[in-house]
Amino acid sequence: MFHWLEQRPFFFAVMVFLFVAFAGVIEAIPDFAKQARPTVGTKPYSVLELTGRQVYIKDSCNACHSQLVRPFKSETDRYGMYSLSGEYAYDRPFLWGSKRTGPDLMRVGNYRTTDWHENHMRDPKAVVPGSIMPAYEHHFTNIADIETAYAEAYTVKAVFNTPYDQEGMPKLGTWEEAKAAALEEAKAIAADMKDEKVKQAVANGEVPEIVALIAYLNSLK
Amino acid sequence: MQNSAQIEYDYSVAKCFTFATILFGIIGMTIGVVLAFQLAFPELNYLAGEYGTFSRLRPLHTNGVAFGFTLSGVFAGWYYISQRVLKVSLKESPFLMVVAKLHFWVYFITILLAVVTLFMGITTSKEYAELEWPLDILVVVFWVLWGISIFGIIGIRRERTLYISIWYFIATFIAIAMLYLFNNMEVPTALVSGYGSWIHSVSMYSGTNDAIIQWWYGHNAVAFVFTTPIIALIYYFLPKESGQNIYSYKLSILAFWGLLFVYLWAGGHHLIYSTVPDWMQTMGSVMSVVLILPSWGSAINMLLTMKGEWNQLQSNTVIKFMVLASTFYMLTTLEGPIQSIKSVNAIAHFTDWIPGHVHDAVLGWLVFMIMAALFHMVPRMFKRELYSKSLMETQFWLQTVGIVLYFTSMWIAGITQGMMWRAYDEYGSLVYSFIDTVTVLHPYYTIRAVGGLMYLIGFFMFAYNIYKTIRCGRVLDKEPANATPVAA
Repeated sequence: MFHWLEQRPFFFAVMVFLFVAFAGVIEAIPDFAKQARPTVGTKPYSVLELTGRQVYIKDSCNACHSQLVRPFKSETDRYGMYSLSGEYAYDRPFLWGSKRTGPDLMRVGNYRTTDWHENHMRDPKAVVPGSIMPAYEHHFTNIADIETAYAEAYTVKAVFNTPYDQEGMPKLGTWEEAKAAALEEAKAIAADMKDEKVKQAVANGEVPEIVALIAYLNSLK
Repeated sequence: MQNSAQIEYDYSVAKCFTFATILFGIIGMTIGVVLAFQLAFPELNYLAGEYGTFSRLRPLHTNGVAFGFTLSGVFAGWYYISQRVLKVSLKESPFLMVVAKLHFWVYFITILLAVVTLFMGITTSKEYAELEWPLDILVVVFWVLWGISIFGIIGIRRERTLYISIWYFIATFIAIAMLYLFNNMEVPTALVSGYGSWIHSVSMYSGTNDAIIQWWYGHNAVAFVFTTPIIALIYYFLPKESGQNIYSYKLSILAFWGLLFVYLWAGGHHLIYSTVPDWMQTMGSVMSVVLILPSWGSAINMLLTMKGEWNQLQSNTVIKFMVLASTFYMLTTLEGPIQSIKSVNAIAHFTDWIPGHVHDAVLGWLVFMIMAALFHMVPRMFKRELYSKSLMETQFWLQTVGIVLYFTSMWIAGITQGMMWRAYDEYGSLVYSFIDTVTVLHPYYTIRAVGGLMYLIGFFMFAYNIYKTIRCGRVLDKEPANATPVAA
């Protein structure tokens, strides 16, 4: 059989494909629909939160922070309730991470506040002595890209039926409406912050990355 | 047909990929050492503003080494080995020559663009699949070009039977094509909405599904970029360099098909204690242990190829590289399954033991094997004697010590942190806060950085040795002979 195969590249390649493909077919397909079903109360991200999520991804925060609480007492004591599949239903991509150089952030919105994040991002060591996290000063000056976040929300609504604009769900609306709503949200967050330049930028209708990022982190509950 | 003596092989593309291997090796490994030092000395995060932070550089390092260095080495090996074992010269087909050159340039430009975009923070965040959709398309283009090259050269071959290395190249091509396509399914948001950045996309899968597809891909990118093509290299270069026949043909068959059949399941071990279904976690765990058999099959086949010729280890440093690579392959493929056992995974997951494990594979197995392959190929491609054997010997020991420092420190760091996370006092409260488990790792991070630096210095010695060989090695009128001559 194998002697025959190794002289016939075409059938050899077909055989290789069957050997490698079968696991994926058996593994991935059966539970696909079930895994994507949201738990009760899980909502899609608002445009500002999504903007923050993009900042989180841009700076690869997931390289050091996980977003997956494993079902161990030591983890639930430290981080809160263990993770459920449906809680990630609107996460595209998933951000579980693979390495905890810093703590898990799955439910960080439950125990950290806006001003804590502000101080921490500006100077991690001042808040957590011994921290090896770099400071993210540039989040205070870079302006976040709300438009791309709106594009993403629009896309997941159009392509994947993510329930924006439905009853009890976040409102998306047109770009102008979404931008105005994101600015309102940003103002509420900036009100809890100390940085004058950030407040000023928000008042001028711009959202610094730090504001969006904090909106996202606060939404993790 | 045994007329290989008359065939004049064309190495122009293999040479291009050889240079790329060294270039991307230097970039990827230098960034790796910077990252290692950043963990030990966080001030180093501020070397280049927002572009120099650990988080920004980390995907650059993994992509640089995996897809810059490793793939270049694999492609260099392909354009060298394929002509020889299939008994054709690339020159014989102008079409395949164009495909090969195009393959190189599309590949090279893609990797350069990858470096630029990752520096800018343009990433999808999926590990080893960080590139955004325009680059994904370029990846598909150069992969298809490689496929045309593979089946084209096979199509015009004079040697009827495909040598084992060719099996592994075919497997690499097919598996990565499938995995890459499915994992990178994404929707460009600007195309749908008309707003925002044109380069941004959103994943087709959400949450747990995304994780399943990602690790089905992620672990098997390791399988089919870090394992199968490297086995292809060693199956060719070890017998050639040592003049020994492969120990067992049957074992080769068993190991090859066994590896293909089992490997794709192992991705599940990244998701143990996550929200994926329990049976999937268990299958990932069990199949990872089963995977020891085909992995050790290949490695033992390699080591036994040296049977009766172990004295060559003293005289030939290239053999040393390859034997150490096989040994590290065995170590890694035992370590991985151990980490996949649920109770061990509970401690090891999310800790430094995981990067430790990866680097056993990358530093010990993969980079060593690719360097050995280049040490064998370069004198033959450029018809020059290797510049310095003693430099090669020094490099070998420097890097070996580097690896040992790396993995021992990461084992200790990982297990220490894993145990500290779960430590309870007599009153049932957690003993350590998270930051306690970070500060305790400082000495191990320092040792790891030093080990990595030694390895990097070794790589620079390698690059220098190859450079000097090409520039001013003694010219050879015929190929260097093998230790004991075998046919072909």
